[in-house]
Amino acid sequence: MRQRLYPLEDLEDIPGTTVFTARRSRQAYHLHKFCMSLMDKDNRNAFKADERAYLDRFRMTEEQKQAVLARDFNGLIELGGNIYFLVKLSNTDGWSAQKAVGSMTGMTPDEYAAMMRAGGRSPEGQKSKRDQG
Amino acid sequence: MARITAGIATSHVPAIGAAIDLGKTGDEYWAPVFAGYEWVRTWIKDNTPDVVILCYNDHASAMMLDIVPTFALGFAEEYEPADEGWGARPVPTVMGDPDLAGHLAEQLVIDDFDLTIMNAMDVDHGLTVPLSLVFGQVEEWPCRVIPLAVNVTQFPTPSADRCWQLGAAIRDAVEAYPEDLDVQVWGTGGMSHQLQGERAGLINPEFDNAFLDKLIDGTDELRAITRLQFLREAGSEGIELIMWLIMRAALGEKVEQLHRFYHVPASNTAVGHTVLRPVAD
Repeated sequence: MRQRLYPLEDLEDIPGTTVFTARRSRQAYHLHKFCMSLMDKDNRNAFKADERAYLDRFRMTEEQKQAVLARDFNGLIELGGNIYFLVKLSNTDGWSAQKAVGSMTGMTPDEYAAMMRAGGRSPEGQKSKRDQG
Repeated sequence: MARITAGIATSHVPAIGAAIDLGKTGDEYWAPVFAGYEWVRTWIKDNTPDVVILCYNDHASAMMLDIVPTFALGFAEEYEPADEGWGARPVPTVMGDPDLAGHLAEQLVIDDFDLTIMNAMDVDHGLTVPLSLVFGQVEEWPCRVIPLAVNVTQFPTPSADRCWQLGAAIRDAVEAYPEDLDVQVWGTGGMSHQLQGERAGLINPEFDNAFLDKLIDGTDELRAITRLQFLREAGSEGIELIMWLIMRAALGEKVEQLHRFYHVPASNTAVGHTVLRPVAD
């Protein structure tokens, strides 16, 4: 066996964090294909006109479609999604990246914005699930 | 012969691009960010290179869906700004340098860096925001640009040390190019930030400032930072900082720091910026 610097399972040890791996990328392939389709204005208009009908053009799971309709970004990440694809959706909605990202924290947009202005979330106690006990 | 004259590192937050494009740079929120770039805006006027090799990551705009290259080098004559969901940024077309890109690819593959060649692609905020920060709002960019896209999104990304080795090979390749060219290498992205999950909004000024310190003369420590450490300490998107190491390695062993700036926040992100110049041994 080749030597590794740390067990790869440790990537799952970071609180509130999902590491985007090749497996998750494949799980979200059709979700991401939908997201990237929103880089085209005509597609954005078609999506806005009838979200469900537009989503049905893609081979996404029903769970992924429901999470898109609900703008449930934590849910989308759980279903394989990555934020760089998902912001195509929030950009289409006219959301700032801060609003999209903040929506995953359980804070209101104002609370999250205030936390960022005050210097952001401290990493203390947030580095390892094991350390949190 | 071509030479590497300087390195620039900067964050490439999309909201910074939006603030420029929407004329908000003087707003209370944004003024302190842009104040940190006044120095480089003046300096670059007398130090405009012929070519910038610009290390950035594509944010699922031209790649990452059907193809996920670890290192992708731009070979095109020109690159259009990408539409990332709200229309393309109103910035000039980026002009490439296929001849130097061809030389780099040849040298780097011989040096065992198995690059992906991009003959056509659009470029997103990762590449155009740094150009805007340094050159301002211009009719055309004042130099050619060779995009070097690095996978920092899908794990495993290249390691910090692999990025360092690539930067060192880029230095050798540029110096072996027969044309008389001034070349800068830019490293972009970072600093600490996390754009997902309950830990979103993470900022680690201690880690960021130590990184800026060590970028000058503590680079062995930076090369040894693991992917896991970047994730834990700098947030899931903070690993973009590995691209700064390509820039730093391309400058050679000794550098002089001409400028340094750090500010929290821009949107979700800690903004870091530095200008370094190689010092002959």
